[in-house]
Amino acid sequence: MNIQQTAQILLRKKNTILENWMKNQLADASLRDDLLSNEDLRRQSEELLNSLLQAVSHGNFDNIYSSEFEPVNDILGDISITRARQGFSPREISQYVLSLKQALTDVLEEERRNEPELLYREVVLLNKLVDSLSIITFETYLKGREEVILRQSDEISEISTPVIRVWDGILALPIIGTLDSSRTQVVMESLLQEIVNTGSSIAILDISGVPAVDSLVAQHLIKTVSATRLMGAECIISGIRAEIAQTIVHLGIDLSNIRTKATLASALQLAFGMLSLEVRKSNQVSTTKLFK
Amino acid sequence: MISLTKDTMQIVREQDVVPFRNRVRELATKIGMSLVNQTKLITAASELVRNMLKYADGGKVVLEVVSKNGQAGIRLMFVDEGAGIENIPQAMQDGFSTGRSLGLGLPGAKRLVNEFDIKSKVNEGTTVTIIHWKNGR
Repeated sequence: MNIQQTAQILLRKKNTILENWMKNQLADASLRDDLLSNEDLRRQSEELLNSLLQAVSHGNFDNIYSSEFEPVNDILGDISITRARQGFSPREISQYVLSLKQALTDVLEEERRNEPELLYREVVLLNKLVDSLSIITFETYLKGREEVILRQSDEISEISTPVIRVWDGILALPIIGTLDSSRTQVVMESLLQEIVNTGSSIAILDISGVPAVDSLVAQHLIKTVSATRLMGAECIISGIRAEIAQTIVHLGIDLSNIRTKATLASALQLAFGMLSLEVRKSNQVSTTKLFK
Repeated sequence: MISLTKDTMQIVREQDVVPFRNRVRELATKIGMSLVNQTKLITAASELVRNMLKYADGGKVVLEVVSKNGQAGIRLMFVDEGAGIENIPQAMQDGFSTGRSLGLGLPGAKRLVNEFDIKSKVNEGTTVTIIHWKNGR
């Protein structure tokens, strides 16, 4: 089979192919003319078709990773990323490329009316080519998604561990979400750093926002408390809910060496006591004076 | 005992633990389990799933809503194809661990749920089945 010849036919019939392709796309129910105008669609399609026909003009129909196909892959990547941003679904994006298949084979069918065997082989070849192109759009689409996920997890880990100075010498660290090894590392680092920076002697770890405390989480908490003690500060764990207390007991985790409280408020009260601070209502008389 | 619903979750990465726990919570809420029992079941499930990840590089969990004598419960079956456990009585002891952890996962999980069963063959894998009833008895 003369592949060169096939490429020549396609190149010659470029305009027919483009017309057919546009017709297919416009007839498709999944056409999103709300997201992309018909002129833009036509411009994109023409650009892609031009570069594709250029790439196959030397008879390379199967290796889409060769240098001839670089512009095709670039254009395709651009299209699928911009479309993903515009809100196209992955189905619509691959439909766009797959609809080209029909347009290409229609043209060949016309030319090879009397040579069914040749036509068959050409169609198989084109099928493979368009399929691998559609895989590229899918890969690019996923890559775009993956980047979003990576960025979000970065953002989450950044905002999730604030160390708050609630009083002179008292730090509070509300932990929200699951405590895994990497989170514990971040928590421990920022807590120890903050103890040095502020010269605090008491740290309150609040676990109200931790959904489940299993032995691994408990082990991480114990490690954090030990590290804090090594720095000469005392650690109080607060926010132990009733159901979590029962679970910890059944699991057999020994937290008796650690000061624990049910709420952040009682932990703060304990911390005040440890620093010999007193909080009381101000004198009634002076308040009335103040308002006069 | 009859099984009312059944589905399977593959656990291969640490990131699968949170969606799995949420799925267990969903089932437990659906059958009206109290918060304390929910937390016990979820914690036990969390221990077992972590074991699976740590010692067998993951596996699968079969989640079922079961019913016996008119009482609903959750049955979880943790199936892995890891190295297996050589000495089960030893592994069930408090404080025994081959992995530098607290060694409370297996015995703790057993104390947290109503029914606990472990089967293991060296070099073939381990299957742990737990059942927790709606009212925790």
